[in-house]
Amino acid sequence: MQVAPSETSALNNYVPELRQQLFHYVLQLADTSLILGHRLSEWCGHGPVLEQDLAMANIALDLLGETRSLYQYAAELEGKGGTEDDLAFLRIATEYRNPLLVEQPNGDFAATVARQFLFDNFHYHFLRELHASTDERLAAIAEKAVKEAAYHLKWTSEWLIRLGDGTEESRQRLDQALASLWRYSGELTTPTATEKALQAAGIIPDYAGLLPKMEAHLNHVFQEATVPVPQGVFMMTGGKEGRHSEHLGYILAELQYMQRTYPGMKW
Amino acid sequence: MTQSEWPLWEVFIRSKQGLDHKHVGSLHAADATMAIQNARDVYTRRLEGISIWVVESKHVHASNPDDAEAFFDPANDKVYRHPTFYDVPASIKHM
Repeated sequence: MQVAPSETSALNNYVPELRQQLFHYVLQLADTSLILGHRLSEWCGHGPVLEQDLAMANIALDLLGETRSLYQYAAELEGKGGTEDDLAFLRIATEYRNPLLVEQPNGDFAATVARQFLFDNFHYHFLRELHASTDERLAAIAEKAVKEAAYHLKWTSEWLIRLGDGTEESRQRLDQALASLWRYSGELTTPTATEKALQAAGIIPDYAGLLPKMEAHLNHVFQEATVPVPQGVFMMTGGKEGRHSEHLGYILAELQYMQRTYPGMKW
Repeated sequence: MTQSEWPLWEVFIRSKQGLDHKHVGSLHAADATMAIQNARDVYTRRLEGISIWVVESKHVHASNPDDAEAFFDPANDKVYRHPTFYDVPASIKHM
């Protein structure tokens, strides 16, 4: 996915503090798509059936496309002459700003579907609103990505229903997945100081406005799946501010190996 | 783990408006909804289509290869069944 760079003058419209916050936030979005895309790519060649193997690789590639546009924009916002690759491959774990949910291990197919559903339900509704961003670049990226996210959410919703309302074993696996992953879902819509500043500036949507739509879709899908919506679970946060679970280090070790071992290597 | 094979489906893709759906291959899926989604993921990754049909393979009935001679060879010498066999009179326009 390539989005044409907007006028460089548009970047200079931001006061330095806001520009720095926007840089960090665009990194957060890019890191999120990168890590989740990488997780999904781990399924490649290991899917339960050929068709779902391909479906997960397709979603991974969609996310990677979105990732590239975002890192390219982040590199411009940073203004230090760095590239998308520098941002993706040469930062350390505490500098990554992805929410905890997306770095959680694939587990079994049910865990991957549950993680993806919780993310897609946010991602799709978020992108629909981001489309109206006052930041032209983010609006353009959202316009492209929202169609992909719509399909992702359709795919994960279908599978959540199938697993929940499927066999005894599929239901048990989905229950286990939700029991371990639900606690990471709240971070997606819990704004950090950076996000609050950007919401106030009209650059990103207020999450309070997304919640009713997200809840309506989630309730509908869980009801179809005959799965009760978990209640009163303490929500883990911190990923968006660089406090990660131990899993991220292992992901980065694999993801960054080539650039760390052969600096500046190009395909 | 339950081991049961999903049924086979035949996939037909319309590449653009005005063209016919064309058979492109087959795949496994538990039901029609999943078959269409799988077809989207397996067969339309490179902009191949704008519409998908799926038919469970068991509903496709095929002619028997042993009948091929009786079925198809008799048409071999019937050139008059092609419109090009006939001369169009000079007075007929717009053909």
